[in-house]
Amino acid sequence: MNRAMIEIQGLRKSFGTLEVLRNINFSVAQGGVVALIGPSGSGKSTLLRCMNLLVTPDSGRISVGDMEFDFGSRSPRPRTRALAAFRARTGMVFQSFNLFGHLTVLGNVMEAPLRVRRMPAGAARDLAMAQLSKVGLADRADQMPHTLSGGQKQRVAIARALAMEPQVMLFDEATSALDPELVGEVLATMRALATAGMTMVIVTHEIAFAREVADRIVFMRDGLVVEDGPARDVIDNPQQEATRSFLSHFHATPA
Amino acid sequence: MYEWDFSILWAYRWLFLDGVIMTVSLTVAVVLGGLAVGLVAAMGMLSGSRVLKAGSLAFTELFRCTPILVQLIWCYYALPILTGIELSPITASILALSCYGGSFYSEIIRGGIVSIEDGQREAGLALGMTPALAMRRIVLPQALRRMVPALMNQSILQFKNTSLVSVLAVPDLVYQGQIAAHDSFRPLETYTAVAVAYLAILLPLTLFVRHQDAKFGGAR
Repeated sequence: MNRAMIEIQGLRKSFGTLEVLRNINFSVAQGGVVALIGPSGSGKSTLLRCMNLLVTPDSGRISVGDMEFDFGSRSPRPRTRALAAFRARTGMVFQSFNLFGHLTVLGNVMEAPLRVRRMPAGAARDLAMAQLSKVGLADRADQMPHTLSGGQKQRVAIARALAMEPQVMLFDEATSALDPELVGEVLATMRALATAGMTMVIVTHEIAFAREVADRIVFMRDGLVVEDGPARDVIDNPQQEATRSFLSHFHATPA
Repeated sequence: MYEWDFSILWAYRWLFLDGVIMTVSLTVAVVLGGLAVGLVAAMGMLSGSRVLKAGSLAFTELFRCTPILVQLIWCYYALPILTGIELSPITASILALSCYGGSFYSEIIRGGIVSIEDGQREAGLALGMTPALAMRRIVLPQALRRMVPALMNQSILQFKNTSLVSVLAVPDLVYQGQIAAHDSFRPLETYTAVAVAYLAILLPLTLFVRHQDAKFGGAR
């Protein structure tokens, strides 16, 4: 269980003159669940987007499973096919769902198995229905995305990512765009995934959820990892002043 | 007061039918050709390559900012002299009208594509699609729906612009009308009939698109 599923070394990224990630080192064990927390602009979303290469790092090394990429002036930019193959194995869930508006719920979940994995239509449909059942939305298969609630949309987005049978799942503030009463159903889906042994990295502002579900918490600020440790220790007994100050904003509201 | 007599047109019915067939066939060719040219130019403008971008922009502005009548004549008379390639009047017409229409289509297509939120493309890439596949399967189908009214409008213009090919002696509806007018000495009836023929072909089409748009335009 201790083999690293995600390994990141010396990762740097700048947008223009703004240094968003400075020398990030970080790993996630197979089956591990890591929550990335930190104030806005700390670089946590950029780090997550680097993990499936939607953002190309300036330098450093990223490996997920048995695939590895080196970045830097001497390394050639990864080829389109290699990038696509890499991303096919890292599921990503976005803050704004990004469901495909022209496809039904089933169409959304089937699309990548059909076009990327080139599965036969029948097998892709069975796989998609199985994933939709897992998130409790099999009865919505034929609806269009715009008829769903925010919570349902995000659960479809999770099913869509799972249909590629990824090695890791990345969640980019998956509940931040939801009405408060809809957050619970998405967190429940994520909790079930974590229990089933999926390797997960979660960027979140749900501190109570992070404490409960993650086994490790990484606190970032200004593009640096400030604190990294077991979830309960970091939340209940932060070692760094920056972490304490950030978490104090959340203790005001009952978890 | 002028005495209208449309009955004289009956003698020219086969001439008019040939003209209608030529005009409609030309329209199909220059709408399809224009869309193909427009799609390529739009992709060029959206590509990361500076050369492609500049080339597409230059092409679009060249054909958008010069009159189609000049382009038609230029394609037919000047191009063969410069390149040595002989073009038939119909080929020259299709070439010029496709490029002219394409320069307008390209702006419509580019605008439609950039109006689709970037998250759609990103979601496709995150699932392991190549950029080309995400464009074809995710972005373009959604952009196309938004573009339909504008594309239809431009296609109506393409249809009417085919009337200019008569200057290259392509026997379209207008050219056949000219023959009928000269032969019958009845230009008023002849050109009225030509105008009605254009209207009769276009009106059902535009009403159909308006109806479809009212029915499906709101839903996304």
